[in-house]
Amino acid sequence: MTTQAPVVDMTNISISFPGVKALDRVNFRMFPGEVHSLMGENGAGKSTMIKALTGVYPIDSGSIMLDGKPLVISGPAQAQEAGISTVYQEVHLLTNLSVAENIMLGREPRRGAAIDWRAMRARAAEILDGLNLDIDPASQLGSHSLAVQQLVAIARAIDVQAKVLILDEPTSSLDVDEVSELFRVIRSLKEDGVAILFVSHFLEQVYEISDRLTVLRNGQLVGEYLTDEILRIELVHKMIGKDIAVLSDLDRKARAPISEESEEMPFVQAIGLGRKGSIAPVDLDVYEGEVVGLAGLLGSGRTELARLLSGADRPDHGELKIGGRALRLRTPRLALKSRIAYSSENRRSEGIIEDLSVRDNIVLALQADRGWFRRIPRKRQDELAASYIQALNIRPPDPDAIVKNLSGGNQQKVLLARWLAVAPRLLILDEPTRGIDVGAKAEIQKLVSDLAENGMSVVFISAELEEVLRLSHRIVVMRDREKVADIVNDDVTVGQIMTLIASGAES
Amino acid sequence: MNPTVSKALKHRLFWPIVTLLGLLVLNVAVYPSFFSIRLQDGHLFGSLIDILRNGAPTLLVALGMTLVIATRGIDLSVGAVVAISGALACSIIAGSSDPNSPTTVLAAVGISIMLALVLGAWNGFLVSVIGIQPIIATLILMTAGRGLAMLITEGQIVTINSAPYKVIGGGYWLALPASIVIALGMFALAALLTRKTALGLLIESVGINPQASRIAGVRSRSIIWMVYIFSGLCAGIAGLMISSNVTAADANNAGLWIEMDAILAVVIGGTSLAGGRYSLGGTLIGAAIIQTLTTTVYTVGIAPEITLVFKALVVIIVCLLQSPALQTRLGSLRRRPVTTSTGGVLS
Repeated sequence: MTTQAPVVDMTNISISFPGVKALDRVNFRMFPGEVHSLMGENGAGKSTMIKALTGVYPIDSGSIMLDGKPLVISGPAQAQEAGISTVYQEVHLLTNLSVAENIMLGREPRRGAAIDWRAMRARAAEILDGLNLDIDPASQLGSHSLAVQQLVAIARAIDVQAKVLILDEPTSSLDVDEVSELFRVIRSLKEDGVAILFVSHFLEQVYEISDRLTVLRNGQLVGEYLTDEILRIELVHKMIGKDIAVLSDLDRKARAPISEESEEMPFVQAIGLGRKGSIAPVDLDVYEGEVVGLAGLLGSGRTELARLLSGADRPDHGELKIGGRALRLRTPRLALKSRIAYSSENRRSEGIIEDLSVRDNIVLALQADRGWFRRIPRKRQDELAASYIQALNIRPPDPDAIVKNLSGGNQQKVLLARWLAVAPRLLILDEPTRGIDVGAKAEIQKLVSDLAENGMSVVFISAELEEVLRLSHRIVVMRDREKVADIVNDDVTVGQIMTLIASGAES
Repeated sequence: MNPTVSKALKHRLFWPIVTLLGLLVLNVAVYPSFFSIRLQDGHLFGSLIDILRNGAPTLLVALGMTLVIATRGIDLSVGAVVAISGALACSIIAGSSDPNSPTTVLAAVGISIMLALVLGAWNGFLVSVIGIQPIIATLILMTAGRGLAMLITEGQIVTINSAPYKVIGGGYWLALPASIVIALGMFALAALLTRKTALGLLIESVGINPQASRIAGVRSRSIIWMVYIFSGLCAGIAGLMISSNVTAADANNAGLWIEMDAILAVVIGGTSLAGGRYSLGGTLIGAAIIQTLTTTVYTVGIAPEITLVFKALVVIIVCLLQSPALQTRLGSLRRRPVTTSTGGVLS
């Protein structure tokens, strides 16, 4: 492969932001027909690198060559014209339009001044066919699952004769089958000679799909490796640059099954809690200091259950007892009053307030609880922000930084800080580690485990079963919007959980 | 570039302030005694004082509008509320046996302000409880409100002769026109209310992301309700000021198009119509620009036919100068040599 000329050759790229050196003389190259994974922690410079390549950020120094010619672009539109297409983590498409319209948006075939709808649908069908995707081009995009929307985004990206396709966290919201469908598409594109830049936090997937890896750390290049020639443990070491003792330490911790020996009443008791069209009635107990993991596929009811427990959605039957008292949590506000905090899986739409500072984001829930009149004194706000920035290792450690400028993992930490600031007795974490790097992930897992040890009840949801197993005292398995198993985590394996997810309780 | 200069250039109120200064300079050039302020009978007089006095109602209305816009809303009904509150106050005074009694005037003012609060609450109810889009919800009162004002005045222009009422729009407090004092007082109140309590944070939070705010336990409903009530209050006071100044209530023309001036003042002041971060100081400057512009039209002697075109031009230019897209373009022109030199240091 190395005998070929690289299609992308970035040398000595540096980009600075006020106060931060986002990239420092980094080299990066891609060859035609290869899948190249860009690896690194949050804030390592992956996103900046992609944005440099797609013309979103101007580079301070260095050069970018595409097919041996200097690439002079000043925006994603020009990058696309030059043959560099990007599909982002959050699908940026219009769900109210048809699949065909989305694929052809901005380059609709025309007849005179009017759009040639027939040609448009035909062309879209052709592209979808080329990817072996069975999607009706005339159907509305919003009627499809997120996974299909992701594939449509890819179809859109390759329609422009892409030489380079950038996939930024494409699998973070897909389930196993959907991932293999995506990989099939990636492989067929690869055969066509497209160079694919793949960014994912799932090491499994990186190893499965990529030919080559480039590792970044703190804006600097660590190295470029062939996937076959680097062991996972080495890779993780290179990415976080420190021992991963935190992780193994966690594993060694005894996970005594709390619910079994406890004589006390559970802190949370859901009795037949359900909501029509969302989730079938579920019984669930969570004891003080217990971590209950919710396992299941996307759409299995794990998020839906979390939303009922936290007042984000209203249950239409069943009962919820908190500390033995029956409560009706009609809004998140009431749940917070009962010290139940819910960290949504949708960090951007239901989590952080993007344009506000780190400090404002951290104090928000606490302030909302106190009401608008009793403002938390500025000094107290500063103390809160400073202590959480330090405790959760938020980067940059600046309480005045605007949250949207932080990396995904740091945004997640700010969000966690907000919930911790209200001193919850039940913390519901829905995918708190999705889309964030190994280091931050380990930190968050460690935090959850410490919090539970100090008596906090935690409901932990993650698509990564290893993570659920590592942290939970008890695991509740959901399937098709029903609870199918409730088992104590005593030497349970990923395989056993998978079987439960796949076949339900009858197995 | 000098660091102070470049810092000033980046300040988000830089261009509005430059525009305001530019307009003032233009006025002085045409009319050299523009800046002169004299003290007569213990009252200040002069063009600048006139601008401030005439601008007071716009500033008030824009103040309420700023907070409404910060929550992603808009209040089109302010002009109608201006007409209603003026109509009610004047009708009460005109109908009383003693129009010059302070008690009558206080009662009229009190009742009118109460009504303005109720109207604001009505808007807030439609937006936050019923969930109607703000532009439609307030359009209802914008249209119906003038009719309501007509009902109050029975279709007539109600002229009054009440010395105490005249104070609100035409009187003086110390040496300053009372309207300026009232408007600045409300401005200070709004600033204190939003920055010394958590209202500012919660308003911005709701404006930036209502969904996430809900999950964080923010009572967005009452916050939104509150800003519409405040907007109603501001418009109500502005209505008293305007009718007091002309000693008459004109249901058809009082506060006509004031919602447009107010929205322009907010936008020129750098608050985005998309909601979120807002700037009360920006609104103050925006309102000053709008009023100076109106005055400039007269001093410079622009033909009445093209008055509106001239106003529109200035507004377009200010908005363009503030647009991030143009600023990056201008910035990259200016910064280019600087970038190369830092690049040199790195390599």
